Amino acid sequence: MRQLVIFIRKEFLHVFRDRKTLLMLFGLPIAQIVLFGFALSNEIKDSRIAVVDYSKDAVTQRLIAKIGSSPYFNIQRTLASADQIDAAFKKGDLKMAVTFPAGFGDDVIHTGKATMQVIADASDPNQATTITNYLNQIVADFNTELAAGSGQPMTIVPSMQMMYNPELRGAPNFVPGVMALVLMLVCTMMTSVAIVREKELGTMEILLVSPFRPVYIIISKLAPNLLISIVNLFVILFLSDIFLDLPVKGSFLLLVFGSVLFIMTCLSIGLLLSINAQTQQAAMTGSLMGMMLPTMLLTGFLFPIENMPLALRLLSNLVPSRWYFIIVKQVMLKGLGIGAIWKELLILGGMCVFLFTISLRKFKIRLQ
Amino acid sequence: MEPVIKTDKLSKRFGPFIACNELTFTVDKGEIFGFLGANGAGKTTAMRMLCGLLGPSSGEATVAGFDVYTQTEKIKKSIGYMSQKFSLYDDLSVAENIRFYGGIYGMSRPAIRTKTTELLEELGLQQEARTLVRELPLGWKQKLAFSVSIVHDPEIVFLDEPTGGVDPVTRRQFWDLIYAAADSGVTVFVTTHYMDEAEYCNRVSIMVDGVIAALDSPANLKQQYGAATMEDVFYELARKAKRKGD
Repeated sequence: MRQLVIFIRKEFLHVFRDRKTLLMLFGLPIAQIVLFGFALSNEIKDSRIAVVDYSKDAVTQRLIAKIGSSPYFNIQRTLASADQIDAAFKKGDLKMAVTFPAGFGDDVIHTGKATMQVIADASDPNQATTITNYLNQIVADFNTELAAGSGQPMTIVPSMQMMYNPELRGAPNFVPGVMALVLMLVCTMMTSVAIVREKELGTMEILLVSPFRPVYIIISKLAPNLLISIVNLFVILFLSDIFLDLPVKGSFLLLVFGSVLFIMTCLSIGLLLSINAQTQQAAMTGSLMGMMLPTMLLTGFLFPIENMPLALRLLSNLVPSRWYFIIVKQVMLKGLGIGAIWKELLILGGMCVFLFTISLRKFKIRLQ
Repeated sequence: MEPVIKTDKLSKRFGPFIACNELTFTVDKGEIFGFLGANGAGKTTAMRMLCGLLGPSSGEATVAGFDVYTQTEKIKKSIGYMSQKFSLYDDLSVAENIRFYGGIYGMSRPAIRTKTTELLEELGLQQEARTLVRELPLGWKQKLAFSVSIVHDPEIVFLDEPTGGVDPVTRRQFWDLIYAAADSGVTVFVTTHYMDEAEYCNRVSIMVDGVIAALDSPANLKQQYGAATMEDVFYELARKAKRKGD
């Protein structure tokens, strides 16, 4: 046991001596979050919108004028009928269409309640979220103005509808995506490189000739990467809570449990790669091409898997990050419990056990 | 003298290929035993069997009194090993390397501390204890690697072409270390391609095509083959080889 501690300490020394890599490992998630965070928080001005007014009364005139005078919107055209909205969107450059049903003004004055219909182009979900928020703000202001004028509460409710991408996929998607990417990178690449380096140096031979047990070598190699990954995980969760207003809605423990499963899976993949690679270069390329690309492309945070051809959809089932991505989204963003993700946890757990077992066995065989 | 390595018809086959064919020899305590052979002659396979890394196909062997079939863990505790790659960690300091290797052999902390001081003094590296190994000159690295390989006071140390790529002066100094170790009772089992180094050994075995073709002291071998140098002895034997080296 003391030998193990000594070995693990040595592994940490390797990690801390390599300042550049260390900086990269911890800088990466921060840079990603800040980058995406600022990209998200950018103001969007002068969004072109179309208006359909079936009511044509004083109230709608005032509200349309108010919307038009805001710096965020530019009323590009006024349509005669809602049937034209679809065509207008298809022409492009239209971001939103607002429809006032007949009798809108009467409803507001007599019942204090009315509903306006808003359709937003959500093919860029970040933009859609931002501009619908702007509109909500304007309508809320307008409600207050009206209430102050008449002395009774007014509620005009914009009924939001998203076009092209109704679930707004993409907006908070990148945080789970970044988590999957960073963990994959650290675990797979760092592990395989750390082991292959011993082979290149010739120290692996010495370790094998020594009474030190092979399984301890594996544990020692995994320990620093496990720790770095967990630190990274907390940094990402912290940053996205503070800067992106994306707190962990569900059980924190469940999220950490899922993450550790994913981390272990990635570590096992790194181990497997290291057995076949002879040089650090090969290990690095192997993890980049073999793991980073599938993680980026087949996880679902850049391109929705539902829209992929069948072959790619089937292939994506083999990518561990795909399942982890779902776990993070369900627990962190939607606040769902274990009931919603037990299937994904089971798949990831199965992958983890399977990969770890074969990498352990192959590692031992190679030593013979 | 009692033998610390003893083999009897030790063989290793890989399918139809016989890497080592009935090797029988003994190595005495404190002896410097040269293990020579062209590439592909079976040296590495033999050495791996003696180190407990590879199970023999047939025959018997004991290393430090332990059986190579059943007591490999005990063998591993009794031997040291150094290869031509020097096997030190570049990004660790001199002292950290010593501490690490002492540690994986299960040495206690005080023992490691004493040994570190002793070792640095012997090598004249007291000032360099905190220097990273990558900053040391090649010759120092090599000497340090040797000292590290016997840091746990093994009975036998296996040196696999330990002087590859090192200049003659440094090689000479390195052999001084080997002599010192042998004088203190460590048995040295060394493979080499340099025939001048073969002359430094007490006894030399020369492997050709998986069998031991000659085994005696350098002086006797030269006499037996009517050769002036070990180089000529080696050439005389190795040119009969049918296997191609790798």
